[in-house]
Amino acid sequence: MTEFLLGAAGFVLLTVAIGLVRILGGPGNVDRTMAAQLLGTGGIAALLLVAAATGVRGAEDVALGLALLAAFASVAFVNSAAPEVDRDTGRVNE
Amino acid sequence: MSIAIDIFSVVAICAGAAFFMAGSVGLLRFPDSLTRLHALTKADNLGLGLVVLGLLPQADSLLGGLKLVAVWLLVQLASATVAQLIAHALRRRGPGT
Repeated sequence: MTEFLLGAAGFVLLTVAIGLVRILGGPGNVDRTMAAQLLGTGGIAALLLVAAATGVRGAEDVALGLALLAAFASVAFVNSAAPEVDRDTGRVNE
Repeated sequence: MSIAIDIFSVVAICAGAAFFMAGSVGLLRFPDSLTRLHALTKADNLGLGLVVLGLLPQADSLLGGLKLVAVWLLVQLASATVAQLIAHALRRRGPGT
């Protein structure tokens, strides 16, 4: 079972790494952020698999931290890429 | 019994890995940002959900299993929110953002 779990973790990481080609190609920054988000989700899955395979349960806490950081990264990106526009005045609220 | 549980884990984790692959392929192959957002936020969460489902019988305690489910729920919540935010930003700024 250990070998299978480690193999699955490696496979998930590999597919996510292939998805990272999107960061090079773009075309927009949104697509680059989405590729980073994919790395977040895939990283969480790989960490959970590694935690179960090796018995190092602390890796699950790392996965939790990664989930939190991936969400914050995207929220920060959305805030900086498209600031809130006031519907009445048309001005940008920084 | 133990073999049945292991087979269940293997099947669920393989299905999850397949969904991760579908998400990556979608991110690379879909024509525009909004369709790529679909591939990212749906296929990936389903993949993670299946991986967690496969790992649940392997957890050594109830608390460990609950933690796995908590990770999945947190990712689900974050991903749904982020999908809406990114789609909103795309609408406001156009596809060049």
